[in-house]
Amino acid sequence: MDFLQPRSWAEALEAKAAHPGAVPIAGGTDVMVELNFDKHRPEALLDLNRVDDLAQWWTEDGRVRLGAGVSYSRVIDELGDTLPGLAMASRTVGSPQIRNRGTVGGNLGAASPAGDAHPALLAAEASVEVASTRGTRSIPIAEFYTGVKRNALEPDELVAAIWVTPPSGPQQFSKIGTRNAMVISVAAFGLALHPDRRTVGTGIGSAAPTPRRAPDAESFLAGELDWDGRRELADSVAREFGERVRAAASPIDDVRGTAAYRLHSLSVMARRALAWAWHDYQRAA
Amino acid sequence: MRITTTVNGESRQVDDVWPGESLLYVLRERMGLPGSKNACEQGECGSCTVYLDNVPVCACLVAAGQAQDRDITTVEGLADGEDLHPVQQCFVEAGAVQCGFCTPGLIVAAHDLLAREPQPSDPEIREALAGNLCRCTGYEKILDAVRLAADRMATT
Ligand SMILES: Cc1cc2nc3c(=O)[nH]c(=O)nc-3n(C[C@H](O)[C@H](O)[C@H](O)COP(=O)(O)OP(=O)(O)OC[C@H]3O[C@@H](n4cnc5c(N)ncnc54)[C@H](O)[C@@H]3O)c2cc1C
Ligand code: FES
Ligand code: FES
Repeated sequence: MDFLQPRSWAEALEAKAAHPGAVPIAGGTDVMVELNFDKHRPEALLDLNRVDDLAQWWTEDGRVRLGAGVSYSRVIDELGDTLPGLAMASRTVGSPQIRNRGTVGGNLGAASPAGDAHPALLAAEASVEVASTRGTRSIPIAEFYTGVKRNALEPDELVAAIWVTPPSGPQQFSKIGTRNAMVISVAAFGLALHPDRRTVGTGIGSAAPTPRRAPDAESFLAGELDWDGRRELADSVAREFGERVRAAASPIDDVRGTAAYRLHSLSVMARRALAWAWHDYQRAA
Repeated sequence: MRITTTVNGESRQVDDVWPGESLLYVLRERMGLPGSKNACEQGECGSCTVYLDNVPVCACLVAAGQAQDRDITTVEGLADGEDLHPVQQCFVEAGAVQCGFCTPGLIVAAHDLLAREPQPSDPEIREALAGNLCRCTGYEKILDAVRLAADRMATT
């Protein structure tokens, strides 16, 4: 097995083009588990830790460009106010040691339906910048997930960055699991209110083959919210929103929970996330 | 492949490393530093916690090649010669060590916490140690040890 260690982004893309079967490794918190348990012997590892560009974030044209190699710990410390939904999701990942190494780009690379970054990125309507020696393209986040642990990357492509517009309204993230730390979600939900566009963003985790949005719940809620008057939210609206989020999911039974429990918890999390977000929105007035 | 790193302040070089092996394996089996423990090899237990460039990580999840030219501190690097670091001393005094398997990882995690936050609250201690499992103590004595270390480090 080769160990490829590019020192720049250009070198990384050349290495991936020359070795499409090479497995990129960033924080290693998914890749090393596979290697340690001999589940997988790739022809090569492509270490991205030396590519400085990947570990940077900056703001450009009003949007945050989050390098694929920025760790959860740094999202929490440096972007808590700018990307609140993603920071909330990041706080729930694994443990301090896992958050110190694990990256948002690695979450996208793994594309697990249970990845915690996904509901937040879906709700925020992020886009993924991917690149190869052939060029760069931008993929809307909802189109990035193509199947169970599958994503839209071509064999010669790498994730360069995630683009997220800082929110014009409140964001929430909610995750249910068997304990508070070190837990893969049984179900998760991300919510973003976008008062500038008068739209709503949602993201569902662990309750379908891929992370996904709940479009019907989004348009329903966008039409019901009193964006100008910020009046109290009717219980019936919150409940209906929860039901529509639930209807968008298609979970399975597995070791972490039953499909029925996932559906129920999603409707509850959606309702609660909405209540918290609406409360924030009212207070911000 | 050949790996050169700084471990506990000393430059170390090892040859014939398989690129897919973990930093934990390199430390324990190739460098003779068995302080960091191997319990799960999947990031769940924290008993392999070391500093990688001053950041606590699970050594079992760092690929050997990723440690090239990096600065690593293991539990062996915390004492000052024969004198235990206050965090280590307080674990002993508080009775926070039973079988001791989790101890090296907890010591590194607690050491990092107290470096960042010299007077942590109980929830902060729990959060900082959330990635370290102990099957013996029930954690109460470990919390005592960290509180004791915080007090002692404040007065010395
Ligand atoms: C103990 C433990 C607890 C965990 N808890 C959680 C949790 O609570 N929530 C959660 O969501 N996840 C959790 N995880 C999973 C993991 O930490 C996350 O998926 C993390 O985001 C992976 O990031 P990484 O940088 O470590 O990825 P790596 O392991 O380095 O890579 C993951 C995948 O992405 C690919 N990849 C990495 N970077 C790129 C890139 N730039 N371009 C293309 N492909 C790339 C790799 O080839 C691989 O397929 C946990 C893992 C462990 C071991
Ligand atoms: S051995 Fe590394 S976390 Fe358990
Ligand atoms: S003392 Fe035995 S596992 Fe902690």
